[in-house]
Amino acid sequence: MSIFEAILLTVITASTPLVIAALGELVTERSGVLNLGVEGMMIIGAVGAFAAAQLTGSAYIGIVGGIVSGALFSLLFAFLTLTLVTNQVATGLALTILGLGASGMLGEAFVGAPGIRLLPIEIPVLSAIPYVGTVLFKQDLIFYLSILLVVGVNWFLFRSRTGLKIRAIGDNHASAHALGINVIRMRYLAVMFGGACAGLAGAQLSLIYTPQWTENMSSGRGWIALALVVFSSWRPWRLLAGGYLFGAVTILQLHAQAFGIGIPSQFLSMLPYAATVVVLIMISHNRRTTMINTPASLGKAFVPDR
Amino acid sequence: MKKLALALAATAALVLSIGSAAEAAEKTKVCFVYVGTRTDGGWTQAHENGRLQVEKEFADKVETSFLESVPEGPDAERAIERMARSGCSLIFTTSFGYMDATVAVAKKFPKVKFEHATGFKAADNVATYNSRFYEGRYISGIIAGKLSKTGTAGYIASFPIPEVVMGINAFETGAKSVNPNFKMKVIWVNTWFDPGKEADAAKALLDQGVDILTQHTDTTAPMQVAEQRGVKAFGQASDMIKAGPNVQLTAIIDTWGNYYVKRVQALLDGTWKSEQSWDGLKDGILTMAPYTNMPDDVKKLAEETEAKIKSGELHPFTGPINKQDGTPWLKAGEKADDGTLLGMNFYVEGVDDKLPAQ
Repeated sequence: MSIFEAILLTVITASTPLVIAALGELVTERSGVLNLGVEGMMIIGAVGAFAAAQLTGSAYIGIVGGIVSGALFSLLFAFLTLTLVTNQVATGLALTILGLGASGMLGEAFVGAPGIRLLPIEIPVLSAIPYVGTVLFKQDLIFYLSILLVVGVNWFLFRSRTGLKIRAIGDNHASAHALGINVIRMRYLAVMFGGACAGLAGAQLSLIYTPQWTENMSSGRGWIALALVVFSSWRPWRLLAGGYLFGAVTILQLHAQAFGIGIPSQFLSMLPYAATVVVLIMISHNRRTTMINTPASLGKAFVPDR
Repeated sequence: MKKLALALAATAALVLSIGSAAEAAEKTKVCFVYVGTRTDGGWTQAHENGRLQVEKEFADKVETSFLESVPEGPDAERAIERMARSGCSLIFTTSFGYMDATVAVAKKFPKVKFEHATGFKAADNVATYNSRFYEGRYISGIIAGKLSKTGTAGYIASFPIPEVVMGINAFETGAKSVNPNFKMKVIWVNTWFDPGKEADAAKALLDQGVDILTQHTDTTAPMQVAEQRGVKAFGQASDMIKAGPNVQLTAIIDTWGNYYVKRVQALLDGTWKSEQSWDGLKDGILTMAPYTNMPDDVKKLAEETEAKIKSGELHPFTGPINKQDGTPWLKAGEKADDGTLLGMNFYVEGVDDKLPAQ
């Protein structure tokens, strides 16, 4: 394997959890709900996946464990913000703190346990293509899922009837309600989809990225995912590109150091964040492109008149 | 004047001992501030083991408490101050980045005693303690020099502070003593704790041709990458053999417990003074994990080196050693003094990296 392929492989590993978590949040935000608890849901997914894999001995059941625990955890957020109408920003932040604490407690028994690694699946024929084959078609299930999810969500949001409803309640929940759409139910489902995705991203961390359980192992990736949603201006394909850009900058700065390129490492470590800021500025510079996609009722509570 | 001072000191000691006797009834509180989680398998876990030893030793006289995952920076000062307000008599702050915060809080609470790990700023109520990790890293370097086929090791480094630079230099000096052309590649991850990033750095180093790994970060993720790729590696702070059963050569194990017990005892006796302690292999504050996964002759050499360092026969930083650019640092037979080591901000010859500005 050439160094080029090796670098691409690590870029994919680093980018996949960002893409998946951000994609879930994108759907949540398209429905008008701002859930800042991605970091918390992600770490709950990581511990859920690790625990499920340990208890059953199967990494695949681990994936299911990650998805289910992320979704269930987001249900708590949905109940608080949608049914009890609490402040979304505060509740999201609380969800992150709770997730970090609870995952540490739940995971205590699994610390130091040798992880069960999810093995790559080779796709016949395609994996024989030089360069592209090793990089794209000898990957683990979660990578394939991430690509399918981007395609699926893009189709769902812009081509399906339900997707149209979700975008409608994100843009104007009062009108959508007047048209007879069940705003609360749709938002519950959107939040849970976001939770399930964050959980899947967490599963990638504890089953593939570093197959082990360590407290705080998400290390701020949930926040990067949140930034990616804005970065992508709520479009799935842009989000995919942004996630890979971010992963690439992160990995390339490590390689630049190992090559002995004389740039200060602190500067290189800052690059991914600097890139985010630059792109955010570029996007927001063009007022039309940003305003068109921002869900108008994002973060606003909806109380149906009874 | 001297007599007066002595009399004052005696009175103070008496008052203090009465004070501690009264407190003993309701248990003296000893507190710890951790940078990572107690179960990180590395640095913080090693301090946690020390805390547990204190609990065991003074079960009826001392109660301990701790704060974990306290980020370095402004939060640290608030966390340490919270500890000081909550009635702690002695507070151990266990990360280099807590240095200024510890000194700042100590000024506000002159009656509370503080001990800062790996720093250099002291005060009447702030002691510092450190371990001569470089002795262990020198041994690791020798093993690497013997075993590496490419003659290049990869080093995953956290922050460019003297402690870490000293470790890199000790490793290189050890390796060079058995392989004069030994080289090192360094990646700075600018974090103590990020398993994903540490693993990425390990992969990047391996992809670029190093065939032995060592780390100065806190999680077992690099060791796990080494295990997956079948590349030899060294553990850091705790024995990481569980993460790398087939690849861990040895590990530098921080064994803070004895030091903590000694200092808590001094506090109880009223003899606690601000000191700057820097012990090493000889004093047992630093121990080496069993030498595994290596040929017998290398193992023997490592054990001999360890014995020589313990007896004082060998100082890892003994000249001739040149700085990275080739200018002489230590003359033949000259030993580095502690002051230079603790403020180390340059590489020795053979390190293939540019030291980031601090």
